[in-house]
Amino acid sequence: MADANAATETADLVCDRLVRRFGDTRAVDEISLSVPAGSFFSILGPSGCGKTTLLRLLAGFDRPDDGDILIRGERMNEVAPNRRPVNMVFQHLALFPTMSVADNIAYGLKRQKVAAPERRRRIAEVLEQVGLPGMEDRNPQQLSGGQRQRVALARCLVLRPTLLLLDEPLGALDLKLREQMKVELKHLQKAFGTTFVYITHDQSEAMVMSDQVAVMRQGRFDQVASPETLYRHPETPFVAGFVGDNNCLAGTVVAQDDGQVTLDLADGSRVRGMAASPDLQPGQPAQLFVRPESLSLVATTAAGEAALPAQVVTTLFDGANSRVELTAAGQVLFARLPQDGSAPSLDAGQTLALQWQPSLARVFAGAPA
Amino acid sequence: MTPGAGRLSLALLLTPFLLWIVLLVLLPHAEMLRVSFQVRESWDTLDWGLTQYRNFFEEAYYWRTFLRTGLMSLFTTALTLLVAFPIAWYIARLARGRSRGVLFLACLVPFWASELVRTYGWMILLRESGVFSALLQGVGLADGPVEMLYNDAAVIIGLVYNGLLFMVVPLVTTLDGLDENLVEAGYDLGGGHLTVLREVVVPWAMPGIVSGSIVVFMLTLGSYLTPILMGGKDSAWFTQQIFTQFITRFNWEQGAALGVLLLVLSSLMVWLGLKLTGQSLRKVMG
Amino acid sequence: MIPSVPRSRLFDGLYLAYLVAFFIYLALPLLVTAVFAFNDAPFPSLPWQGFTLDWYLADGEQGRTGLFHDDGLLSALWVSVQVAFWVTLVSVALGCFNAVLFERLQFRGKELLYIVMLLPLVIPGVILGVSILVFYSGMANSVSMQWQIELDLFRPGLPLVVMGQVAFITTLSTLVIAARLRKFDRQLEEAALNLGATPIVAWFTVTLPWLLPAIGGAAAMAFLMSFENFNTTVMLTGSDTPLTVALFNRLREGSTPVLNAVALLLMVASAVLALLAMGRSRPGH
Repeated sequence: MADANAATETADLVCDRLVRRFGDTRAVDEISLSVPAGSFFSILGPSGCGKTTLLRLLAGFDRPDDGDILIRGERMNEVAPNRRPVNMVFQHLALFPTMSVADNIAYGLKRQKVAAPERRRRIAEVLEQVGLPGMEDRNPQQLSGGQRQRVALARCLVLRPTLLLLDEPLGALDLKLREQMKVELKHLQKAFGTTFVYITHDQSEAMVMSDQVAVMRQGRFDQVASPETLYRHPETPFVAGFVGDNNCLAGTVVAQDDGQVTLDLADGSRVRGMAASPDLQPGQPAQLFVRPESLSLVATTAAGEAALPAQVVTTLFDGANSRVELTAAGQVLFARLPQDGSAPSLDAGQTLALQWQPSLARVFAGAPA
Repeated sequence: MTPGAGRLSLALLLTPFLLWIVLLVLLPHAEMLRVSFQVRESWDTLDWGLTQYRNFFEEAYYWRTFLRTGLMSLFTTALTLLVAFPIAWYIARLARGRSRGVLFLACLVPFWASELVRTYGWMILLRESGVFSALLQGVGLADGPVEMLYNDAAVIIGLVYNGLLFMVVPLVTTLDGLDENLVEAGYDLGGGHLTVLREVVVPWAMPGIVSGSIVVFMLTLGSYLTPILMGGKDSAWFTQQIFTQFITRFNWEQGAALGVLLLVLSSLMVWLGLKLTGQSLRKVMG
Repeated sequence: MIPSVPRSRLFDGLYLAYLVAFFIYLALPLLVTAVFAFNDAPFPSLPWQGFTLDWYLADGEQGRTGLFHDDGLLSALWVSVQVAFWVTLVSVALGCFNAVLFERLQFRGKELLYIVMLLPLVIPGVILGVSILVFYSGMANSVSMQWQIELDLFRPGLPLVVMGQVAFITTLSTLVIAARLRKFDRQLEEAALNLGATPIVAWFTVTLPWLLPAIGGAAAMAFLMSFENFNTTVMLTGSDTPLTVALFNRLREGSTPVLNAVALLLMVASAVLALLAMGRSRPGH
């Protein structure tokens, strides 16, 4: 990374080889990251990967065992949580039940000793911005899930923090509202220009909202990239499997030619994809990832030698996401069924062939975990 | 929080707790135990001995009262449970909306009056010149005044009355958490009323039953006003004997020994109750 | 058994009759006590002689002394109020400390100490009174014999009554406040820190307001329990007798409608206090 230093200078948040141990396990294991000012940065990982621990280190509720946290270039390790220019939207929002909406938002302003008239003005302004004008005197318990969400955001944003941390705040919402809030959060972030650090286990949330996504596993980042790069060029089998739907075929490398790898599957059929790991040697076990939408279904008679014979198990209708479940070489695969009338009608047990462009498949060394 | 601050706040919070529990509970009881083993040789010489405990076993009056108090407390507890269970069931499961709150409140109301007031009310009702007696004479069922006070039945009526709240509240709390589907499943799988009650409802309500029973037993065993004011000449209660030793006879050693015996009995019963039903004090009380 | 399971008409009828009988049983003693506070007869019994307020207002000139002119009962009432005030103050303060101790801190032996904390609940009140009498009065006696120093504080009297009541009421107030603290979401305190509050400010602005309904409830309960207590009090009382003990002594001399008048007054006062406490705690739930 040639521009790493330049990025660090304009970064709102920098972590340098951060470590947090609990007994023998490293919940956060030498994590380094740099979040440019004004960007939306997501940390995506399955539960237990250490993302919440990382967030609590940033907020100051926990101390790192090693490494540094810098916010706008200032070292934060020893700074108490109430003195950090960082605010947080908690997983269950943590709105004070004994206070009205206005008092909740006023809480941080009072701590900053903002005078009452100025407080009232800023509360009204921020409520306007999050789309809840005139809601000052409501009790948080009377609000809907989406409204509570916005109050929690307003409570933080009114303080104009350098950095806003969000701990899976959409988890409690139902599906429809969640979709709506995703878009809205992104708009709000752009409107306020505040740097967001968002943690989630939902890859769709991370993909839709973020400028950069870090995929986290077992205390480490597997890959940090833009959502599109993560989707198209995953660097590890974990990222390939975790971000978006994917099919995985295990086999043995037979040849590697100019980045294109040929694999032998258990039943002897051959498949091809692009090498994603360095030095794939013939005879080595490997796994090929190919997305359901990259697969095309052809009749066996018309298939060339590059096609993989497969049997239909069942079709799964789901509107634009309709898929067909197949078995090929003893492994389960899903292929997308386009709903524009181009998909053949399929019966269970029917045999057909699967084809894909090798440039859309990624091959990693090693057997599936 | 740094370890230093943690230790400081622990010390700050542990101090009042320890002062309270040691100075007001543990030390006084230890002292009572010690005094109960002291024998007064003369006005200023003391010796260790079991005289007080020997007195207890040799004087039939003491141990008979002790036994009677224990048995009547057990009986009262069982009766209170029987009386309270249908009420608790109705409040928790059958009553709807406002009536539920009103009925529950109605169960609490008598306990805004002290035990003395409640007992006094029963005396006005039951005594020879009381309301019941006057009513019976009024409708012609009795020729002269009827004395219904000063017997064991009256004492038990009063004791059950005193214990009801402490049985109803834990029962309502546990029965409230019972999933009605469990009861429906009990019937659906072929159970009758009694089977469902025995196999589904009672096991579920066990923590409430145990905690209610323990509290009612304790209150009854340690009650003083009701047996004294409503009991007859020969329905003595053990607390009364403790009181007599301390306040009337100034025989603290004997009184302390009787106190220790009552404490042992109540602890034993609580422990037995918990053991037999497999509950823990923390779960039942906390 | 439950609404969805059919029952026979007979069963329903019997159940209803039982309920009615039960609530009559609950109400009857209190009702007669209240009614006879207004009977124009020197003795609380039937027949009804007409309505009077003498048992509250009479000044002793016609041989009747109403409650408001009965100095003995009035001073006993005042003693009870003083005792209840101190008991409430001390046991609620201790209850707050204990609740935080057991709900928030981790330390060795916590389980055991929690059981010890519950002990006063399973000790009969008479025994609590007796043990405190033996310990403190005994100590005062020994000190007096050995060094001729009089520790009047530890002789039977109001301080001892307060100590005896605090011994068990503290457990109850601890349980009430701890139950509320257990429902407190720790994230709220973190949120307060995150918004710039120091730990102390967070405690006073977020945690304490959350606990207030429980503290109010515990205070009302402690006041009532103290006011109504007899078993522990009777062992520890000295020359100043609290109301329950004074009433008991009067009752042994023979009952008069003045006792009914006091009883009714107490019931009304307790009901008001209890309803206030319940009304306060409801919005929090």
